[in-house]
This record gives sequence, structure tokens and C-alpha cells, in this order.
Amino acid sequence: MAISRRKFLNMLTIGSAACLTLLTPISAFAAWASDAFNATKPEDAYKNLFGSSDLAQSDEVKLKVPKIAENGGAVPVSVKTSMKNVESISIFVKDNPQPLTATFQIPAGTIPDISTRIRLAQTSTVTAVIKAGGKLYSKSQEVKVTIGGCGG
Amino acid sequence: MNRREFNRLLSAGAIAGILPKSSFAFSSIKPNYDLPQKGNARLLHITDCHAQLNPIYFREPNVNIGLNQAFGRTPHVVGEAFLKKNNVTQSSIEAHAFTYLNFNSAAKEYGKIGGFAHLSTLIKSLRSSAGGTENTLLLDGGDTWQGSATAYWSRGKDMVQAANLLGVDVMTGHWEFTYQDEEVFSNVDDFNGEFLAQNIKLTEDALFEGKRSHDEDTGHVFKPYTIKELNGHRIAIIGQAFPYTPVANPKRFIPDWTFGIQNQDLQELVNAIKDEERPDAIIVLSHNGMDVDLKLAAVVTGIDFILGGHTHDGVPIPVVVKNSGGQTVVTNAGSNGKFVGVLDLNLDNGQLKGYEYKLLPVFSNFIEHDAEMTALIAEIRKPHLDTLTEELAVTESLLYRRGNFNGTFDQLICDALRHELNAEISLSPGFRWGTTVLPGQAITFEHVMDQTCITYPETYARDMLGNEIKAILEDVADNLFHPDPFYQQGGDMVRVGGMNYICDPTASFGNRISRMTLDNGKTIDANKYYKVAGWATVGSKAPGKPIWEVVSSYLRNQKVVNITKINSPELRNVKNNPGIVL
Repeated sequence: MAISRRKFLNMLTIGSAACLTLLTPISAFAAWASDAFNATKPEDAYKNLFGSSDLAQSDEVKLKVPKIAENGGAVPVSVKTSMKNVESISIFVKDNPQPLTATFQIPAGTIPDISTRIRLAQTSTVTAVIKAGGKLYSKSQEVKVTIGGCGG
Repeated sequence: MNRREFNRLLSAGAIAGILPKSSFAFSSIKPNYDLPQKGNARLLHITDCHAQLNPIYFREPNVNIGLNQAFGRTPHVVGEAFLKKNNVTQSSIEAHAFTYLNFNSAAKEYGKIGGFAHLSTLIKSLRSSAGGTENTLLLDGGDTWQGSATAYWSRGKDMVQAANLLGVDVMTGHWEFTYQDEEVFSNVDDFNGEFLAQNIKLTEDALFEGKRSHDEDTGHVFKPYTIKELNGHRIAIIGQAFPYTPVANPKRFIPDWTFGIQNQDLQELVNAIKDEERPDAIIVLSHNGMDVDLKLAAVVTGIDFILGGHTHDGVPIPVVVKNSGGQTVVTNAGSNGKFVGVLDLNLDNGQLKGYEYKLLPVFSNFIEHDAEMTALIAEIRKPHLDTLTEELAVTESLLYRRGNFNGTFDQLICDALRHELNAEISLSPGFRWGTTVLPGQAITFEHVMDQTCITYPETYARDMLGNEIKAILEDVADNLFHPDPFYQQGGDMVRVGGMNYICDPTASFGNRISRMTLDNGKTIDANKYYKVAGWATVGSKAPGKPIWEVVSSYLRNQKVVNITKINSPELRNVKNNPGIVL
């Protein structure tokens, strides 16, 4: 590729002022899902967001998040899948005061591959949920937040 | 290791032209350093020398607990259990190299270990018996630029010079990254070999700002792998730096870099190397630590050998791990210049046909020093000699650190902190490096630096609630005893002074620590404040004097050291663990 990654990233920022973002936040589609975002238990957040908490664990949900956070205040997380008919990708942090952290609507024809940073109040399980073809698929991983130090 | 052969050679007598003329007075047993090459490519592996240029003493642990799958598994066996598992003869020179057994008397009999001048002779000999530098590689697993006063004062530069003279071809790192990032790059630029790390990338912000990287498309800060041709065979070496550096050590020195085990990236890299480079063997030069490497070997396929470090385990018999793609052999080569791993590969038509591995203990009295290296070391030390050799006190006790809980040198540091900073409780990090001082020896300033010289040495004394102290102990205990090695952050347990507690390593997070009391027997109240002294804060710089000034001042006043009480915890549920002898 003739264009470097850095140049490409720079172009993206310049360009983003002029064009619409590729992934539109949920608020643009419907009323802010306040019941889901304000829920304090994962079960309630699932029900309020999806109308169901019936999640099928799936290795097709590719969740990438560190096992030990370098900074609990900004933990990089990415979720992708090769599943068809993906409608949304959502991220839940079990032990945060409000477990639902982000939800992305995936319009038809969009590659389902998102990445963002999330905040962890403490060591917790992070769960990615993909809604595809009307069904819910999930993948979870523990992310440890530690005071650090003492390393060998 | 082929024990029968090793034992036969041990008793075989005169061997190799590398022995000094005067060494034999100490012992009738001699190590064998004459290893004819098996196969057609030889890899030499050193790791975690912690900048020890001169020979030193290093005592292996009597507590190295393994739980769950790691129960009784290499490297979690100590003392007699180690000898039995590795078929090492009682009271042999090997038994002294690999265990703490009879340490004082054996150390006097066999003398010091390591030292770059002795390593240099041994490595030259091992290279020449395998066809010279054309057919051999010298790999260094890192923790090379930190651990001695001269390394600290020269910001690792002295070790870059020494590694260049030693002929290190490839290295990766951990404590290397506790210098400022610009200093790391400067050292990497001065290093004649290749510095590799597949698991260090620029953060997205740093990438965006155009910070220095090896490849701005992939974001790798350093080259991830290299291909070396030995005797016509292509060998791929992948670097794996210590994955939790920004958690275990200060992130502030390397704000632009992000680490992690990155096993998915590693799998993709191995697959790509196989497709594009068609190597005869794939080696990972790792600073993960042995338990992490064993799990990595189980979840990533296509790697032939993981040559490991970090946990300082002298592992004479490598562990063969089966995985869905075949098998991966995992080694660990100890620390402080004490061992050289010798891996002979038999490569044929793009395939590994066989291998032989030996972990050679480096007994300095039995190896002639290399004059050129001796001269370099003398030059490095000359400006500091008076400071280094100052005798601060004499010890009546054996002083060492290595082990899951307080060593005697840790106790000395904790006692010094409490005394000098007038605190009820002291905390000291569970590092694995730090040399050993024998009873009757003078404790020099250099010994103190061997135990303390880090780039964040500042001390503190502040009031902490009882439950804050418990939270720290629980957090560190989980970093050591978490059932999944990928969640173990890398160090041994935090050392304490002035307090006692019960530790159940088998319990879950938050439930391992109980019955905390002060030395006077009073219970530590969760809601009361206690004055706590410590050092090595990773978050932000502490306000106090460097730890070595605190310890030196204490020692000058004490004059004689005798460690009578060790604040190691009382342990629960590990009674029959072969990784512990108390």
C-alpha cells in the first residue's frame, strides 16, 4: 500500500468532519435506551436492551480485550465476527455500577468489527453480545484491574 | 537432559582447554563443559543475568508453590523433590546449582557462579565446538540492562557493551523498559544484535502522533521476529517481551507502548512465518515466565521451542507440551549468569528431526576468564570502585531473596525501612533478582545495589488503613496464585516487615489473607490507621530518599546483621506441596 497507516489515520480525522460517521450511535435510530443503560444488573440490562437474556455462548464472537488492564480507566476492547445478518454489537461489564457500556447498531452491508475503550471500576467479566438473525450470541472474558507493582 | 551421560562426564576428569590451572583445590568434582555438537545447529540461551558482570552467589528458592495444574509440575518443585523429579544426585555439584540444599557449605566448596568474563570463555568454547559463529546463535531473554549499580548509573549502557562483546545475536526484554523510552531506543541502537518483541505495540494515540516504531502499519515498536541462517538451515526467532511490564513496573517511562501476551497475534505471526519464510524451526525467545510459557505452548501451535526466562527457574529437563498442532518444548534458563542453555538442533529438509538440550551451570572457579571481557568490566567499574566496595556491615546470617515470600535480604530491607522511616509496618516488592551474601561476608554497597537498584527507588512513609493493607496483600497474592497463569502478573509476594498474617494460596481472590497482626501480637484493625513505609511505587514517584540510602544508613549503624525473625506468613492448605520446604 502506497499510503502509510499514519497518513491514513490523519486523513480519516480530516475527513470525518466532512462526512457522517460509518457507525451511527443508537440514539439516532431510536429513543436513547435509557432503561438498558441505567440497569444495575447484567440480566436487567440484557432484558431492557434485547427483550431477552437468553444468550448463547459462541466462539464466533471474537472478543479481544486484555487479561490484565494496563489502565482500568481506558481498556481497549474490540469485537468482530464472521456471522451473517449482524444487527448490533454490545459490550457489558458485569461489575460496573451500570453494566451496559456501549451498543453499536450494524446497518446491513457493514463489516461487523468495532473497537472502543471501556472503563472498569474493578476486576470484572467483560461480555460482548452480538445480535444476528434475531438471536443473541455472547463471549466473555475476565479482565483484571490490579494495583500493580512487584513484577519479577 | 541425558543424566546418565552428564553423570559419567562429571566423573570423567580432565576435559576441555577452558579450565583454569588453579581450580581443583576446591573440590574433587568438576563440571563438564566439553559438549560436542549433536545435530547441525546450536542455540545458546542466557536470560535474566540482571547485569551481574562479576561472579556472585545465588541461592535457589525453598518456596516456589504451584497450584492446580502446576502442583508438583516443573518448575514448582524445590529441594529433595527437585532432585528426585530431575534425577539429580544428592550432594552433587548439580544439586548445588539447582537447589538451595546445603547452600552455605556447598557455596564455599564450589565458589561463585556466572560472571561475564567466565561466560565469555564458556560461550566461545560452546560455539567453537559447534563450528563457530556460523553454526551457532547466542540468544538473551532479557533483564540484562538492570540489576547492578553500574547498569543503573550507566542507564544500561555498560550491559549493552558487555552483551556486544559477549556476542549476543538476539534479545528481548523486560527491565530494559524501566529506563525512559528514549534511553531504551538509544540502547537498542547501540546493541549489535537484534532486539525483538512481537507483543509491544504503539498505542493508537502514539501511532497517530508518529512516534518511533519498527513498522507503522502493524504498530510494532520493535522488530517482531528474525530469520537466521545456520549451516544452511533457516531458523525463525520470535521475541516475546514481558507482557505485563506497564502493570508490574511504571508505565510513565514508556507511555506510548502497550504490551500483553497477545497469543492470538503470536498464532497469526507463526502461521505467516511458516507460509512466507519456510523456516526449518520456529523458536520463541520469551520473557513470559515458565507458567505462562507452558500455557502459551498449549494454546498456540507451530512453535518448536519456547526458550524462557523471567521466573529465574533453572530447568534441567525441558517440558514437552502437546497441543493440537503437535508439540512445543518449553525451557527456562535461570538467572544471574548462573546457567547457559545449550540446544542442539538436528534439522533436515525443512524439518526438525531431533534435538538435545542441556542447561549448564556456570561455576566460575572452573572456567578461565576471558581477558578482553575482564578488561571491559574493570574499565566499567573503575570510576565507581570505592563506592561499590564500601563495607557497610558484616552479616552473620545467609542473605538471599528468591522465593515466594520474604527472603532474609528482604527482611533486612523491611527492618531498615521501619527503623529509618520510623514506621510500624514496611512493604517491599517481591522481585526475583538480587544476589546472595554468605554468613561472615561483609555487606558492601554493591550488594545493597544488587537488591535495590531500580529506576523508581524512592521511599515513602504514610498512614494506611488496616483494610487498605489487606487489599494490597490480596491483590499481590492474586497476581501470584491466580489459577490461570495468563492472569499472573509476574512477581513474587510483597514482602512485609513488622506484621504477620495467614495466607491460603488456594483460596479465591479476597480470601487468601487473614489474621493480620503487628509484631507485638495486636490484631490489625481494618478501620485503624498504621504508619507504613515502602519503596518502588509504580503509580507515581514517591517523595522519599532512594531505598539504597535507607538500607546503607541502617547497615552502617548496625555494623553486624543477624536476621532472627522473618515476617513470612503462616501458610494454609499447602502442606504436601512439593514446591515448599520450611
